[in-house]
Amino acid sequence: MSPEERVLTGNHFLLGDYACAEGAMAAGCDFFAGYPITPSSETAERLAARLPAVGAIFVQMEDELASMAALVGASLAGARAMSATSGPGFSLMMENIGMAAMMEAPCVVVNIQRGAPSTGLPTLVGQGDMMQCKWGSHGDYEIVAYSPSSPQECFDHVIKAFNTADRWRVPAFVMADELIGHMTERVVIPPADQIPRVERKRPRHKPGDPSFLHCLAEDEDLVPPIVHAGEGYRVNFDSLSHDEKGYPATFPEPHDKLVRRLVNKIRLHADQIIEYEEIFLDDAELAVIAYGCTARSARRAVNEARREGIRVGLLRLISVWPFPENRVRELSNQVKAFVVPELNLGQMSRETERFTSLPVIGVNHAGGVMMAPDPILDTIREVAKNA
Amino acid sequence: MVMLQTRRPLDVENIAIPRGQLFIIPERCKGCGFCIDFCPRDVLEETSDMNAKGYHYPIVGEDKDEECIACQFCLVICPEFAVYAEEIPE
Amino acid sequence: MPEVQVEGHPIDTILRTERLPHIFCPGCGIGPAMHAYAQAILESGIPRDGHACVSGIGCAGRVPGYLDVDSYHTTHGRAIPFAMAIALVKPDMEVTVFSGDGDLFGIGGNHFIHAARRNVDINVICINNFNYGMTGGQVGPTTPLGARATTAPYGNTEPPFNLPYLAAATGAVFVARWTALHVRQLKEAILRAMQKKGFTFIEVLSPCPVGFGSPNDIGDAIEEVWLYRERCVVDHNAYLPDVDIDLRRKDAPFVMGNFVDIDKAPFDPLAMMKKKEGE
Repeated sequence: MSPEERVLTGNHFLLGDYACAEGAMAAGCDFFAGYPITPSSETAERLAARLPAVGAIFVQMEDELASMAALVGASLAGARAMSATSGPGFSLMMENIGMAAMMEAPCVVVNIQRGAPSTGLPTLVGQGDMMQCKWGSHGDYEIVAYSPSSPQECFDHVIKAFNTADRWRVPAFVMADELIGHMTERVVIPPADQIPRVERKRPRHKPGDPSFLHCLAEDEDLVPPIVHAGEGYRVNFDSLSHDEKGYPATFPEPHDKLVRRLVNKIRLHADQIIEYEEIFLDDAELAVIAYGCTARSARRAVNEARREGIRVGLLRLISVWPFPENRVRELSNQVKAFVVPELNLGQMSRETERFTSLPVIGVNHAGGVMMAPDPILDTIREVAKNA
Repeated sequence: MVMLQTRRPLDVENIAIPRGQLFIIPERCKGCGFCIDFCPRDVLEETSDMNAKGYHYPIVGEDKDEECIACQFCLVICPEFAVYAEEIPE
Repeated sequence: MPEVQVEGHPIDTILRTERLPHIFCPGCGIGPAMHAYAQAILESGIPRDGHACVSGIGCAGRVPGYLDVDSYHTTHGRAIPFAMAIALVKPDMEVTVFSGDGDLFGIGGNHFIHAARRNVDINVICINNFNYGMTGGQVGPTTPLGARATTAPYGNTEPPFNLPYLAAATGAVFVARWTALHVRQLKEAILRAMQKKGFTFIEVLSPCPVGFGSPNDIGDAIEEVWLYRERCVVDHNAYLPDVDIDLRRKDAPFVMGNFVDIDKAPFDPLAMMKKKEGE
């Protein structure tokens, strides 16, 4: 297979970071702007080789602020644009993630999470950016995020992220972690014609039509059609709060209307976006909710617990934002408690608490090492005993 | 030797100094005074009238009706795009 | 003939007239600079759909919103990387950044120097009014030493940037400085910048009567423009380290001109691929 091929169809033994890069290639990524940061640099390095070979654009920017600004510009010029980073870079990107949300510019950011806060543990795993992914930029907005638990899922989730971003005109995230990113495992890449691709909604109006309001969402999905630079529509994109023509409208009424639409775009259609995997949940009395690298250990712990006769199941999150609140509410009628293991001091567990009055017991570590099945199994046993 | 004292350009009969017609959009003016101060022929002056915002917009001054040469400096210097001149065809 | 009152202006053809009047203060130099840029778009030989205008935050940042072209009002300081991305994805478009001294050289300073270093094919027009005007007149990277601003009530303690020197040093292929008075030369400079491949930079001195003029005894805008009239000197071959500007100095002229006009290969992320093919 030559490097000029976008889709590396076949069976591979790939590093998670490389699988993210191959997912981008398969999804038709046209533009990558990023900055080196452990443990995501390998994604950038792979794309630095793969993108130019197919005539696509790879740029290493001067920092993550510029990278994210470039992503929004590239997206609004029509490109499928992506970056890859880790915690410290993610923090820098927050400013322009807000711009992407405000301008409804589809783009993808891969975060190979590491120990945090601050410079933290550059080479070691963490899962501490989960809440930041949802709330990191100022103001109210909604994003979509996925959490791969394997290099195969790195490949799959990057493709999902591009499609979701383009479908809903939001920034979409792949919240991987250093364990998955630096793990080498089997990745099966299908033929190019089997890679799903969702295109952006385009306008019905022709360029130059004065009645075209590019920020008006006439459809039930609340997503306006997108126009790109150079297509002749000559519209204004603004980071300021704006009206349906895209002009600055810094007044309470249009602002509230705009922000509610940006939020409801996702909130009212979460059921079309949310994905999870259920293992042994049908008759479960105890539910474990896990994601990313921790989900692998959780799966082992749940299997072991079942062997011991404990009726525990696993809700493995595939999309982490929007959070599967309805499933948690449903499970609350069935189970007696939730156990949420994560490599942070309680982030998705907090989110779980919002949708249940049952006990939510965390299994937490600030990061630096894979969470073994043992602490999860111990907690399951303990909770099962006391339930 | 008789020296020619007069120096008249050969085409002086054919060349005419352009004449300009001033156009003003009073409601756009914010009274900055650029056009008045920098018109090379001092054609403009402030009117005693006011537009809706209270600014005194420019008008062609007394006895200046024939002075505008349509150099267009008012057109390019006005920050509000409130004044311009057009060359009057012969 | 006396004046005739009308409702429209020739430049209206390329303006979003429903958004006029613009928000700039009486006498602000952004209006004339915007006119020069708008006229340059019309005369550039590039169709209107082929232009994109990107700005950051500040008074100058409001300009793209008034122009009938693809316009992008982005976050503070980030216009340049945003514009760079458009220029890379749509290489046939003429991408111009129109922003202010604080946005481009304060928060945006890092992006400026790297885009200039790369020689990204964009035009940057910087309205220099020596302060952060939109937010009320705070000190900025071009405020002269000793000048007053709201966050420098005792006088600015920092020396300012010399923008043409900085732009030339970091790699810009076209560097010019004009003022809101020298609009004809400004328009010609913008046209030249649009023709050129690579990173072009034009500084435009502008009166800011509210933010800079008032605290520094320059009175209203017309007074500042008279300063330009009296003190500006055109020298295309000026020695750039010496072209500092301090409006309050009585001893030095303000040096204007098209200082740098050279040719260098513009940034191309695929440059090495083409080289490989050629080998």
